[in-house]
Formats: sequence, C-alpha cells, structure tokens
Amino acid sequence: MSLLQVKDLNKSYQTDTKVLKNINFSAGTGEFLSVIGPSGAGKSTLLRCINRLVQADKGEILFGGQDLLKLRKKELRAARTNIGMIFQHYNLVPRLTVIENVLHGRFGYKSTLQGVLGRFSEEEKERAFYLLEKLGIEAHAYKRCDQLSGGQQQRVGICRALIQNPKLILCDEPIASLDPHSSKVIMDHLKSISEEMGITCIVNLHQVEVAQSYSDRIIGLNNGSIVFDGSNFQLDQLYIKRVYGMETRELITV
Amino acid sequence: MNEKAFKRRKLHSILFFLLIIGVAFISAYMTDFNLVEGMATIPTALIWMAENLIITTDTLAKLPKILEKLNETIFMSIAATTIAAAISLFLGIAGSTTTAVNGFFSTLARLIASFARNIPVVAWALILLLSFGQNSITGFLALFVGTVGFLTRAFIESIDEAGSSAYEALTATGATYFQVVGKAIIPQCLPQMISWILFMIETNIRSATLVGILTGTGIGYAFDLYYKMLDYQAVALITLLIVAAVIIIELASNHIRRVIL
Repeated sequence: MSLLQVKDLNKSYQTDTKVLKNINFSAGTGEFLSVIGPSGAGKSTLLRCINRLVQADKGEILFGGQDLLKLRKKELRAARTNIGMIFQHYNLVPRLTVIENVLHGRFGYKSTLQGVLGRFSEEEKERAFYLLEKLGIEAHAYKRCDQLSGGQQQRVGICRALIQNPKLILCDEPIASLDPHSSKVIMDHLKSISEEMGITCIVNLHQVEVAQSYSDRIIGLNNGSIVFDGSNFQLDQLYIKRVYGMETRELITV
Repeated sequence: MNEKAFKRRKLHSILFFLLIIGVAFISAYMTDFNLVEGMATIPTALIWMAENLIITTDTLAKLPKILEKLNETIFMSIAATTIAAAISLFLGIAGSTTTAVNGFFSTLARLIASFARNIPVVAWALILLLSFGQNSITGFLALFVGTVGFLTRAFIESIDEAGSSAYEALTATGATYFQVVGKAIIPQCLPQMISWILFMIETNIRSATLVGILTGTGIGYAFDLYYKMLDYQAVALITLLIVAAVIIIELASNHIRRVIL
C-alpha cells in the first residue's frame, strides 16, 4: 500500500484561475519522487496542500490511512509531526543557534507550555547532536544560524525535519539558492534519507538533470495538471516538451 | 530621442523648483510673514538670551529641587514606555498579518494603534486633563496612549518583516501557535523591538516636558513655574538639564543597541 495518495486535488486562489486541476498520484514508502515544471505550474502549492499550509478546495489526501483534508486542529497537528518540510530559503530562525533550530522540530510532540519553556529531554538533545553529526555540521551546533553558509543552513533544515521522525519529507526547491557543490551535498543527503531511513521524499526541482539522476519517479506539472508521471528514463524529449512547452536544447538542464 | 527625454526631465526639475519657491512666497504673503523682519529680530533675541539666561550660583541652589522634578519626569517616561510596550507586544502580535489569529482582532489592533498614534500626545494630555485633572496620572496616561499607538505599529512591521518564513516552517512541524510565537517570532524580533522601546523612551522624555507643563507635573511644571515667576536663570538651568538628560539617555540607548544587535 502506498504511504501517500492524492486524489482529485483542486485548488484556486482566485475564483477564475485554477492552480491545481484534478491532481492524482501516489507515493510509496521510501520513494524518492521529484516534481518538475515551470514556475507557476503549481509545484509549491501542491506540496503545501499536502501538509495543509495551503487549504485545498476539493479532493482527498490519504496519508497513512487518514484523509488529511478532513482533520481537525489537534489531529492535523499530530499528522504534521509525521511530515517534515524543507524550504528554498531554509526558513530557520536566524538569530537562534543551530541546536535550538534543530530542536524546534520536536514542538509537534510537546504541549504548548513544554514548548514555550523549551523543555527537551536528554534523548531529544542526543538525537539532535547525532543528526548534526550525520550531516557533518556538529562543529557549528552553538553558532547562530545567520553565521552559516546557505548549504550549512539547509543541512540544519534537514536536521530539523529529521528530528520529527517523519514518514514523509516535502522539499520545496531545496537547492534553488545553493551553489553546485552544496546542491550536490544536499541532494546526496536527501537521497540517503529515502534509501537508508525509508522516508518518502517529494522534492520540487527546477533542474531536469538533477531530477533524472536522483529520482525513483518524476512527476511533471504544467499549468496545474500532471502531464508526466513515470520513472526517470521514461522522461524523454517529448514529455519534457509537454512539461516545459519547449525542447531540451532550449533549456539549461544542468 | 534620448536627449529629448533628458531635456524634458531637466525642464520638469526646473518647473518643480519654481513651484516650491512660488508656494513659499504665497504662504508667506497669506500669513503676513516677512523674512527680512524676522531675520532682523534674531540679534535682539540673542542679546536678550545672553542677558537673561545666565546660570548664577543663586540658581544652583535650586538644583536639587529641579533634579528631583527631572527624575520624576524620566521615571514617568520609562514607566509609561515599558508598560505600553507590554500592551503593544500583544497588539502587535494580534495585528501582524503573519501572526494574526483572525481578521477581526487584526483590524481591531490596527485600529487602536492608528487611533492612539494619530492624535498628538499634547492633544491626549488636554483631553485626559478634563477627566483626570492636573496630576501625574494624566501625564502618564497621555504618554502611555501615544506610545501604545506608535509601538504597536512598529512591532507589527518588525513581525511582518522577520517572522513569516520561520512561522511557516514551524507550523509545518506541528508546533502550536504559542510555541511558534514564543520560540520563533519573539526571539527573532526582540532586538528590533528593544531598539524601538529605547527610541520611545527618548521621545517620551522630550514629550514629558511639554505634557508636564499642561498637567502640572515633573520638570515641565518646574519650567512653567519659574517661567511665570520671571526667574529666567532657573529656566535656563532647567532647559540645560533637559538637554543633558536627553543626550545621556540617547548615548546609553545607542550603547545598548550596539550590544544587542
């Protein structure tokens, strides 16, 4: 059975323009799924509908057997702890230290008061340091996040998502503001997360080549509709033209 | 083509400049203001100041009394500002689009802020004078209301500017509203908020002098009293002390800002 199943998802911000039109797809456990498509195709909206940062208009999102769109506040909170998210601009609290930002990922498991007072157990702190070590930034644990480079900040973002013990990680253009080397480091980490830890990754990407070399499966979005859904080697010239509206040679693919 | 555009822009600047001069002349004519006559009175004014505003040893005898009044004013400003800051924090969080609980509270907070801010502190003092009479509570409230208005506005801007990305990320992890506000929004905005509070303390010490004249409290009252007694030496001393106090507070708050930012 698949971990995530999206059925007939529709979303429009204004009444006349639809951002997402009848989206249907599913993702299995440990699958690495890339979503490609031009800017404005609805990639970010799609990801944000899954964890309900954006409210979808119509459809079903089945995650671990329950429909996320029907959940009330408390249930939604519990469901969100199982879904990590990584952002293009890292979305950390820049003035706080790396370790504090990582521990923010545990708030979903705590009462409001425990969270506001910042009470974390020893295991949680040990786990945070373990993850920082795994991503190679344990040396920066007590530095403020605004002193770190982009690639390092994104790794803090990954740690914050991993400490949630998620089943699914949503990545909204995780490498769009990074240099080529940092991009590779981040993509390698995401790949190993899905392979070793069995966490499903849904990654919005702008780079077709990156999507092809890392993904188990690729979804191509154009103008709010899925125009391609298949394995990376099935994505040929014809489909790329359908996704972007032009030939590969007219695109910068690396 | 390009040259033409440049010429036109030049013409526009000249016309604009002439317009400003024209407006200045018309306003002066309508208010019977004569620049030459105005300038001519400056030397006489300076001579009067030099003759009357001299601090003598006699005046210095009044120093302890004046300092006591000055203290009263400074502490009233600090109290009004800090209490207003606490209220503004809640209004700011309610009013910011990032952290708004719902549209109603957001609009209400903004409405309170703009109402409090757009009426000058002096007007507040005069309005409150009618209901509270001539005492320090009136002065305190006048400063308090104006400060709430200004600080709420400033806090809303700070939160809007700094908070939205972390707010989104923490909401996605399943954090509650108060966890996000307490652990992401406030830590991120705190230095800027403290900076605004310090600015407001400075401003309020200046305003407190004026408000004091109206409400009969603090250094403003002392200024008014000696002025009406024609004791200009004491007036000079008070003025000098106010300037010194404001400068000292400003230096102190600049130092604090450097440390926290």
